[in-house]
Formats: sequence, structure tokens, C-alpha cells
Amino acid sequence: MSTLKNIDSVVIRFAGDSGDGMQLTGDRFTSDSAVLGNDLSTLPNFPAEIRAPQGTLPGVSSFQVHFADHSVLTPGDAPDVLVAMNPAALKANLGDLPRGATIIVNTDEFTKRNLSKVGYAESPLDDGSLESWQVHPVPLTSITVEALADFDLGRKDKERAKNMFALGLLSWMYTRPLDGTRAFLATKFAKLPDILEANLAALRAGHAYGETTEAFSVQYAVAPAPMDSGTYRNITGNVATAYGLTTAAHRAGLPLVLGSYPITPASDLLHNLSKLKHFGVTTIQAEDEIAAIGSALGASFGGAIGVTTTSGPGLALKSETIGLAVSLELPLVVIDVQRGGPSTGLPTKTEQADLLQAMFGRNGESPVAVIAASSPSDCFDAAIEAVRIATTYRTPVILLTDGYLANGSQPWRLPSLDELPSVDVEFATEPNATDAKGKPVFHPYVRDEQTLARAWAVPGTPGLEHRVGGIEKADGSGEISYDPANHDTMVRLRQAKIDGIEVPDLEVDDPGGDAKLLVLGWGSTYGPIAAATRLARATGAKVARAHLRNLAPMPANLGEVLRSYDRVVLPEMNLGQLALLLRAEYLVDIQSHTAVRGLPFTAVELAAVINEHLEVLHEGSRA
Amino acid sequence: MSIDLGMPASGVAGVPRLPDGDKQTKRDFTSDQEVRWCPGCGDYIILNAVQSFLPDLGLRRENIVFVSGIGCSSRFPYYLDTYGMHSIHGRAPAIATGLATSRPDLSVWVVTGDGDALSIGGNHLIHALRRNVNLTILLFNNKIYGLTKGQYSPTSEIGAVTKSTPAGSVDQPFNPVSLALGAEASFVARTMDSDRTHLTEVLRAAAEHRGSSLVEIYQNCPIFNDGAFDVLKDSEDGQARILHLTDGEPIRAGEGDTARVVVRGADGNLSVVPEKGADPATVVTHDVAAADPSLAFAISRLDDPSMAHVPMGIFRNVDRPTYDDGVRAQVAAASPDGPATDAELMELLHGKDTWTVEGSMEPRA
Ligand SMILES: Cc1ncc(C[n+]2csc(CCOP(=O)(O)OP(=O)(O)O)c2C)c(N)n1
Ligand code: SF4
Ligand SMILES: [Mg+2]
Repeated sequence: MSTLKNIDSVVIRFAGDSGDGMQLTGDRFTSDSAVLGNDLSTLPNFPAEIRAPQGTLPGVSSFQVHFADHSVLTPGDAPDVLVAMNPAALKANLGDLPRGATIIVNTDEFTKRNLSKVGYAESPLDDGSLESWQVHPVPLTSITVEALADFDLGRKDKERAKNMFALGLLSWMYTRPLDGTRAFLATKFAKLPDILEANLAALRAGHAYGETTEAFSVQYAVAPAPMDSGTYRNITGNVATAYGLTTAAHRAGLPLVLGSYPITPASDLLHNLSKLKHFGVTTIQAEDEIAAIGSALGASFGGAIGVTTTSGPGLALKSETIGLAVSLELPLVVIDVQRGGPSTGLPTKTEQADLLQAMFGRNGESPVAVIAASSPSDCFDAAIEAVRIATTYRTPVILLTDGYLANGSQPWRLPSLDELPSVDVEFATEPNATDAKGKPVFHPYVRDEQTLARAWAVPGTPGLEHRVGGIEKADGSGEISYDPANHDTMVRLRQAKIDGIEVPDLEVDDPGGDAKLLVLGWGSTYGPIAAATRLARATGAKVARAHLRNLAPMPANLGEVLRSYDRVVLPEMNLGQLALLLRAEYLVDIQSHTAVRGLPFTAVELAAVINEHLEVLHEGSRA
Repeated sequence: MSIDLGMPASGVAGVPRLPDGDKQTKRDFTSDQEVRWCPGCGDYIILNAVQSFLPDLGLRRENIVFVSGIGCSSRFPYYLDTYGMHSIHGRAPAIATGLATSRPDLSVWVVTGDGDALSIGGNHLIHALRRNVNLTILLFNNKIYGLTKGQYSPTSEIGAVTKSTPAGSVDQPFNPVSLALGAEASFVARTMDSDRTHLTEVLRAAAEHRGSSLVEIYQNCPIFNDGAFDVLKDSEDGQARILHLTDGEPIRAGEGDTARVVVRGADGNLSVVPEKGADPATVVTHDVAAADPSLAFAISRLDDPSMAHVPMGIFRNVDRPTYDDGVRAQVAAASPDGPATDAELMELLHGKDTWTVEGSMEPRA
């Protein structure tokens, strides 16, 4: 008999060969935990190669899930449990595993051949090198095959069900229900009844293995986390972004036209949106990124919500067209799911190094609005905000997410209809000026006094025929103008329009109100920074925290906030891009903390950074 | 011949027309902008022809859009009183694709040059043609980069001495018609700035065609490549060189005793021979609607840099499903009951796996 132990949180990492189905296993485990009411956060980590050679280190794919009875801010710094489906998965992940953690290994894969593939001269299961961890050797493959002995399936098919065995076992260990996975499998294999039954049997067998073998003496329970009441679902950043765009278009009552060219990790946005035709979403898979943004801009010119989605290298190709959209002053939403760069870089890993490209990566003075999502579910709100700014101010908006947000997931409290912001778009229908002869005419560059947005008349509107282009235009009339003073005026007007976009003030989280150190972040560092702050505060540290969503324009109170702290530290997954901007703009000596490993910061790492800076402040006050 | 998807057959079907009895004139299509091409530029003649022809379409002016790239030729939209966009170098077909796909009620035209369409924008051009987006593309070919003051272009002949090729170009040129046919274009024609009647006829057919129509227009640039097409303009010599493409007719150059026709030899190749004495069984009859583009392609290859024979007219005009109709049909089929409701949106957001929390921020015991 096993004993049941209550714990407050756990981090599990499923790791195996890319063909082992670890992403699916992790996904299912996550859903089952979400339904139990745990708060959670996930981090998939997969190789750039679709099928790297089997059993090798480059072929290792993993999925980490952190779930708890309290609010969860990150996918967890280090796993408490590693499920290693082969020697490569063990070797690739052991370094992240604190001593004492649990390792469940599939011993069947620890053959001479597989061991030598990853450079193990001797099996680590036998040579004592794993002494500091709690190792559970389980012949996962052979038990699965045995459990499926009665099935009329080939050995390969039987072996393939071993991930469900692992899921069954882990579900037993952490007292997760199996119903969700059963229903999921029933849908997935509706047309393959044999495979369905085999997977269900493997799932059951894994569960039974935990229950009946002596190997696992403890079962764990993690109570639900306190969360705001409401209906929740689990959501990844890329799904949330797609839904945010669709929602904004629906609220505006306008068609959404996506022009896109496949690129990791942004392709899922194209996939997700191409399934939403019933919401009036049109997707165009163009011949390249330039055509993709071109078709989106063409659609915007026609009065649709033009959107293009890409990652860093694609954003580079789109620069010239973003510049055209700046000059045309048409709404355009550009989503950059950042990945490791430069060039092809780390296609499946995360980074925040496209900030300066987004801000300035165009010729001429070419200001655009830039916003960054802070968590997978925040991608929904950020996408709506991007559409709202683009349509209200007739400007390109670059929304920065990243690989971590795109593929990571977290529970999302579903908004009700009336919680959704409205997106109102007004087209010009009447002349707005008179010509020299007093005839009413339409001048496309007459601006709204409040927003500085230009009048937007779409083709098909009688009497408002006009031409726009990338050549400088005369203020108001929009006619071609090479006049020096007019150019100066227009350059400043375009900048003033962006600077005048209404953005909320930056909120600071400083429970005591007397912190001298501020940790500032932007984008996907939200979770790790908040978790680090929590850790530091738990040890008595006084530290304030703030997170920027609006990068262009920045909140009006930002300078004041920065200046009101003795020290400001800014962690970024780049070499200090936002720090550079803030130093230049506000003359504040921002302390930059950077790492570009393709992975999010850990909370422990950042908590140490916080403490270091507190120490400096402390020393300073003593001196 | 065509696959029936229940899609409209005319290029301007779905575009609102003027009320019966209303008439537009060239003036209605002339904007108040001062035209700024060099004196004698072929672009003037083409502009004139287009402004005169557009009223014939009987479409509402506000439903016509001209999108251009960059180049002398790409200034075109400014001079037409329709909606227009002067975009960036080479990208007009891509921009027009987005516009045409999202707005079936517009007649969308692209104006481009030989550099714009075939150098920087070559990729967009071939993909627009391949997709068969409902666009009419006017490619002004002056065999030179005009706006940047005289560098050789992808249609300049080998040996062309230009600002950037003082020792003569060593680049093999494109034949735009061959390129378009190779890119699966469903409508391909060639015409010339100086022959207004022919130009207008070709424009009419191109506008009428549903899908991408590519019209190559030989255009003289008197400043940087003057006389590039003069051999075709000299009335007698020119007539002897121009192979007239008329559907259902032999392909003939010149008249009377000196007339020449296109024949297919025993080896299958086309050649141009004196009509007198030609074996009637070998004389090629032009067929614009031939499903197989190889005849049209072979005709396009009769052309060579010496311009001894230059086929003019419509090479190919076939019906084939258009990209934009197909995309819209899928969107329409997905929403048979009209736009999605709020309830449907909420259902989407909820997905399949939800759970409910009835509590507060109070930690549970
Ligand atoms: C990205 C970019 N590269 C280069 C140019 C410079 N440029 C403008 S027009 C042109 C060539 C135009 O040639 P063509 O398309 O034949 O037009 P034409 O002027 O002959 O009508 C070039 C190279 C540009 N505007 N943009
Ligand atoms: S440079 Fe040539 S093509 Fe350009 S406007 Fe002058 S004559 Fe026309
Ligand atoms: Mg040219």
C-alpha cells in the first residue's frame, strides 16, 4: 500500500526522443492537472530538426510542467521529477536536475548501442553515478508490449504506446484523473479502434503499475490553487494570439486578412488562423515574407484588418513594407514571435533580441507602435490591443511575443463577452476639404485632432477617390511634396502620432512602498521576474517590480518611476536592448542583467541578481 | 475547358457598374495631378489610352484601383482619378493580391516596369500569375531602368551599353511573355505604346479576363533607350516584323506578296516562311484558348533580340479557377449562416477543455 502525501507544488519534465511523443504526454498531463484546479505553467523544448537521428542528444525533446496549489509564475527552475525515455534524454537533462530529485528511466532503452550513441561507456544505471538521485528503473517498453500481448498489432505499434504507459504511471503518482486523456484518445483515434484500445490499455497498465508494484511507495496530491472564480481553460501563446486577433476583428465587425509565410515558432499562428474561416478570417500563405506583409497591407488598404505573422528573419524582410505602411498611415498588425538570432540562430528557442529591430529596423524616421505580451494568456489581450491601436491611429503595430510564450501554456480565465474591449473603426464617407474652386474634396492626410490619425477612405467609397504612396506627402492634401519644410512637418507629425498613443501608466508592485530597488521587465520575463521577486521577498528583501507592455510609446510616468528608485535592474534575454533605450531616453543608469541561452530565466537566478543589487545598495548606504 | 466552380466568368463581374444611361468620359478618369514624365515618353500615350478606355468598362470609378511599384511607369496611378497606391519597388502584385482577395467588388490593376516586375519583383509576379489572382497587370517594357537614369534591365539585350554596362551587358534577358507562360499565366498579351487601337483592344480583353492578365507594353524611353522599338514602328519594315496574333487565324506578318506566316515543320518547330508557297497543312492557326500552353510558348520564342519577328496580340486566354474566388469560396462555405455570432466567438474561446473555479483569492484549507 502506498501512502498519500500532500505537496504544494511539483515540476515534472518528460524527456525522450523526438519520436517518443513527449509533447503529447506533457500536454495531456497538463490538461488533467488544469482540470484538477492547479495553477500551472508549461515549457516545451524541442529540437530544430524534425527527426534528428534516433537516440542522439540533438534528438531529445522535452516538456516541463509546473503545477501547484498556489499561483504559478514560471514553468519551474528545475524539475523535481525527470521521466527519461532513453539514455540521451537522461544525459541531456541530468545537468538541470537538483540532487535528490526523482528520475524515472525506461531501462529497455539502455542498451549498449544506445549508451554509446551518447558517449556513456558504462550504463549510468549501473555505475553508481546516479547515487544522488532517486532512480526508478522501469522497463517501460517491454511492460507496455507485454500489456498489449493480446492485441493484433505489430511490435512497433505496441512500443509506440509506451508514452501512454508513462502518462498512466505519472497520473497515478500525482493522483491525476485519466478521464480527460481517455476522451482525448477517443477523439484522436476515432478511426483507428485498435490503436485506441491499445493506448487505453497502456494508460491503464501504467496506472496499475504504480498501484501494484512496490517500487513507488508514495503517491502525491497537489490541492487546487486559489484562483479568481470563473471558467478556465489552458492556453498556449500562439493560440491566444490567434484568438485575440479573431476577437478584435469580430468586435470591429471587419474581416481579418492574414498574409504569412511559414517560420518557426510563428507558423502555428498561420495554422490556427487558417482554421477560423467561419469568423471571416482569410489566410494567404504568400511566396515570401515580403509578399505576406504586402498582401496584408493591400487588405488594409481595402478596409480589412491586415495582419502578418513571422519570426526575426521574416521581420527583417518585412522592413521596407512596414516603412510603406508608416508612410501610408494604414493599420497593420505585425506579429514577431521572437527566436534566437542572428540569422537562423536558434529557431526553436526563445530570445528577446528583436526589440531594437522592431523599434528602429527601417530606413528613415519610421516610428511604429510596439507592444510585448508578458505571458501565454496575455497574448490574447495584447493582440486585441495591437488591433485597437492599429485601427485607431492608422499605424503599423509590432506585437512582440517569443518562442517561450508561443509554445508555453497556462490556465486562462475566460473573459465574458462584456469584458472584451470594443474595437471601433470609422471610415471616411464624406469630403473633408475644399479645393481652390470651393469644390468639396477628400484630403487623405487631414488628421483627427485628438489622435492625429488620418482620414481613412476605402476603395468603393464614391467621391473620395484618392492616391496614396510612399513618396512624401503634403500635410493635409496628401499630394506628392518634396518641400523641405513639409517633410520636416510630416516626419514630426508621424512621430507625434505614435508618441501620443494613449497607453496606461506603468504600475509598480511595491507592497511595503519603501523599496529602493526596482526590477523592471518586458515581455516574457514577466513570470521569472515575478517569481524571483516573490522568492526574494520571502527572505525579507524589499524590492519593487514593474513590467512594461508598451515599448513604443512608453508609459508617460516611466521616467518618473525609474528616477524614484535608487537602483533599477532590468533582466533581458538579449544584450541589454531595452536598457540601452531607457538610458538614452531617461538618463537613468539602468543595471542590465542579460542571458541569451535560448531559455527563460530561472527564478532562483534572478532572485540572486536581486539580492546582489540589494547588497550593492546596502554597501552604498554604509559607505 | 474550365472547371466550373460556379464562379463568375468575367474579370469585372461583381464590380458595381454605373447606373444604366450614366456615362463617364476620359475627363472623369483624369486626376488633377500634373503629369511629370519626360517629353515624348511612351508613358503618356499609354496613360491617354487607359484614360480613354476606362469609361468603356462602365464600372463605378470608385471601384477601380491602380496599384503600382516604383519606376517612371509606376507613377501612373497618380494621374488617374480612381483609388490608387504607389507602393514600393517590385511589390505591387503582392499588395494587389491582398486587396483583390479581400475585395471582390474592386477592379484591381497593377502597373509595373521591366525592372519592377522582372528584377526585384520577379517572385511576386510569377506567383500572382501562378495563383491566377483576378488582376490586370500592365508591364511597361522600355528595356531600361528609367527612373534611376539608365541602367540595363532584365529585358535589355546582351551587349546593351548602358550606364552600368559601359562594356555591354553580358546578362541573358527575359522574354516577359515566355516567362509569364512558364508561370502558368492564364492571359498573356503583348502590345505597343504607339498602336493605340491595338493597345485598347488588348486592354479590353485583359480586363474582361477573370484571373491574372499580363499585358506587356513596349514603351519607348526617349531619354535612356530611345528608339528601342523603332524597327517595329517604321510602317513598312515594322509591318514585316510584327506577327499578328488573331484567334482562329494564321499568324501573319506583312501583306500581299511579301506576307509571311508561321508554320510548323516536320520536326515540330515553328518557323516564319513566305506565305506564298507555304504548305497550307503546316500553317499554324492561332488558338488563344488552347489548354496546352506549349503553342503559345513556341510562338513567344519566335521573338529574338534582333526583332526580326515579334508576335503581337493575345498569346493565351484560358479560363482557370482564380485564387481569390477560391479563397472567398472557402470562407463563404465555412460560414453558411453569415458572420459568426458572439455566442460562436465565446464557444471558440472556451475550446473543449474548461473547468470552473468557484472561489476567491482566499487560499483553500
Ligand atoms: C528597394 C529599392 N531598390 C531600388 C530602388 C531604385 N529604383 C527605383 S525604380 C528602379 C528601376 C525601375 O525600372 P523599371 O521598373 O523598368 O521602371 P521604369 O523607370 O523604366 O519605368 C530602381 C532600381 C528602389 N526605389 N527601391
Ligand atoms: S526616363 Fe524614360 S521612361 Fe522615365 S519618364 Fe523619362 S522618358 Fe519616360
Ligand atoms: Mg523600365
